Amino acid sequence: MGTPSFAAKRLPVAALLPLKRLRAQLAPTVADGLLSLGLLALIAWAAVQLFGWAIGRADWAVLQLNSMLLLVGRYPLAEQWRLWLLGGLLAAQAGLSWGLLRAWPRADRREQGQLWPRHDRIAVVVIILLALLLPAGLRLAGPLQGRWGLLAAVLLALRWAAGRWAADHWGGRLHRRGLKLLGLLWPLLYLLGFWLIGGGLGLAAVAPGDWGGLLLTVVMASFAMALSFPLGVLLALGRRSSLPVLRWGSVAYIEFIRGAPLITLLFIGQNILGFLLPAGMSPDRVWRAAWVLTLFAAAYLAEAVRSGLAAVPRGQLEAARSLGLNQAQALVTVVIPQALRVALPTMVGQFIALVQDTTLLSLIGLLDLLGMARGIMANPEFLGHSSELYLVLAVLYWSCCAALGLGSRALERRLDPRNLAGSP
Amino acid sequence: MGLKLPCRSLLPALLALVLGACASEGGAGVSSVHMATIRSRGTLICGSNGQLPGFSVIRPDGGYGGLDVDICRAVAAALLGDAGKLQLRPLTTTDRFAALASGEVDLLSRNTTVTLGRDAPGGNALSFAPVVFFDGGGLLVPLASGINDLKGLAGRTICVLSGTSSESVLADGLRALQVPYTPLRFQTADQAFSAYGSGRCQAITSDRSGLAARRTRLADPAAHRILPAVLSKEPLAPATVQSDPAWADAVRWIVYALFEAEEQGITQANVAAKLAEAKANPKLAERRRLLGVEGNLGSQLGLSDDFVVKVISAVGNYGEIYSRNVGAGSSLDLPRGANRLARDGGLMIAPPFR
Repeated sequence: MGTPSFAAKRLPVAALLPLKRLRAQLAPTVADGLLSLGLLALIAWAAVQLFGWAIGRADWAVLQLNSMLLLVGRYPLAEQWRLWLLGGLLAAQAGLSWGLLRAWPRADRREQGQLWPRHDRIAVVVIILLALLLPAGLRLAGPLQGRWGLLAAVLLALRWAAGRWAADHWGGRLHRRGLKLLGLLWPLLYLLGFWLIGGGLGLAAVAPGDWGGLLLTVVMASFAMALSFPLGVLLALGRRSSLPVLRWGSVAYIEFIRGAPLITLLFIGQNILGFLLPAGMSPDRVWRAAWVLTLFAAAYLAEAVRSGLAAVPRGQLEAARSLGLNQAQALVTVVIPQALRVALPTMVGQFIALVQDTTLLSLIGLLDLLGMARGIMANPEFLGHSSELYLVLAVLYWSCCAALGLGSRALERRLDPRNLAGSP
Repeated sequence: MGLKLPCRSLLPALLALVLGACASEGGAGVSSVHMATIRSRGTLICGSNGQLPGFSVIRPDGGYGGLDVDICRAVAAALLGDAGKLQLRPLTTTDRFAALASGEVDLLSRNTTVTLGRDAPGGNALSFAPVVFFDGGGLLVPLASGINDLKGLAGRTICVLSGTSSESVLADGLRALQVPYTPLRFQTADQAFSAYGSGRCQAITSDRSGLAARRTRLADPAAHRILPAVLSKEPLAPATVQSDPAWADAVRWIVYALFEAEEQGITQANVAAKLAEAKANPKLAERRRLLGVEGNLGSQLGLSDDFVVKVISAVGNYGEIYSRNVGAGSSLDLPRGANRLARDGGLMIAPPFR
């Protein structure tokens, strides 16, 4: 991005008239033009077919009646307000972060200083469509529609307020404090989320067996990501350690986990653990699966981090040591940050794979998004509507993975040393 | 004589000790690890399918329903007095036996076919309760096709789900009859049934209960019929572990009670009236024993004497359970067939309650 050669190529095209520009992009030669036309026709045909099916032949009642089942599974109806509250908090926090971070100047960004840059305007339209038109189109119950609208309103209102505030206080002490607070708020919200979902400490407990659908998928994936990350870093350091026990221990662990398919490990966790521990002593099967996912992801993450560590020149560590830092300080403040920056794209790739791996939970009888959809398909009332459900699943999984990918690319750009100059 | 005296005084003390350990179970000396665990936990954990129409499905409100689930609810009602004190565990075909053996679930009510290998101590070592549903491979045909029996399938195209037991059962059955046919294989049930619906094959094979469920989704359900021929026998029964015979007995007789109640005409609606009648009239000995007015049949199982009353008021008798989930009262509308009471020509029979 932003390299001189790219800009040089781009400028003359942008300077042409729109029609000529389109022609220059799609049909520089006759053969290219035909190819473009053919592909466009193919895409248009597929879109028309899909649209015709979705509007005409598909029966979306299966979604209208089961939307909460897909989202939160068998979570008790009386306790679902906790999830809506959590959704509201998440929307608020997301709006706050969006607004505060958007004001952060970045060398590679063309539209500086606007409250609503072009990408954000697109995002706002998408959010409004999803929160207002989709529930209305599916004819969800009135209260449900209202709640979705409220969530979107909270998100956008806070995005607007935080964006305005950040623009006014840009670079000041308050803004820096705000950004620091933001970094603290996310982990706090995560813990609060677990409390709201699971109960205890004054709230009625909801057993993990009753979590399901998208809720279970997100809980499992985020839990595994959050814990496998530190574990993976430790394993990667262990593998490069000079202590033989630590090194061989890490190597054995990583190679054992990488040598077994995830489904085998899940089955071991579900079926063998029950025999090893006395009856009633083994942790809930949902947590067992979460730990298996975590331990599995950690092994792969360790290798990604190791590749990052290998990319940091030895001189960095030596320079840090010669400045008087001890080994641990040099690793934590100099080597690991650089290694993680290098390993970031690979790690996010692992996280995306992890989200998709959660579908294996449906094979061990957990009601994650896929398992819940299968359960709904089995209901005699909804037999034969698997296409509708699978399409929704595809969109939901794609959204989760695309969000991860977008976030990682934004983080990459932010961490790029060339863009760090303007940071507060 | 001199030796017998201390023995005589010791024996009751020993007996009291043994009984004291199970006093909390309420049974007259019935000792069962599972029943004690379930009582102290306060809920019954039941392994079920969760994805089988008519037997175990999740309703849009998040609750489970179906014939298999109602058996779980009956057991919960008998043991804990409340059919709602039940935790359903969806299990897959691969982990169902391990979940039962490791104590993860107390009871397996998951469309499990009774076979020798699963029952035998050298096999899965399960203890099966009475069969609650006689299923079997069957065929669905359009009425207009004029096919009335297996011979009528000669030369026809039959939709099958590849890799299922119904595929091999059909192949074996028709080969034995020397009936040639063309199988049209599909990966998913949705594909197979939409192909059948659009006329690409003249018959489709699956479990009879599955065929009934799918028939309801066809454009005109009344234009199709399930052939009376049953290609294989799939007796489905709840199961417990073999190592706890008292628990297995309790489950067995709770299921028998569902049959017996139907035989005696006791339903969810009239159970209170029937009980009052039995209490007032000592001549109704049979009903008095069943409902626990007379004798201590329930206690002998480690249950309360009126466990049948609790079960029937919670889920109704077998006929009601059948009708509600898979029979005339449901969208599946599956005829009772072999699942009728023995007195009506079916296979369901309960031994005497005495």
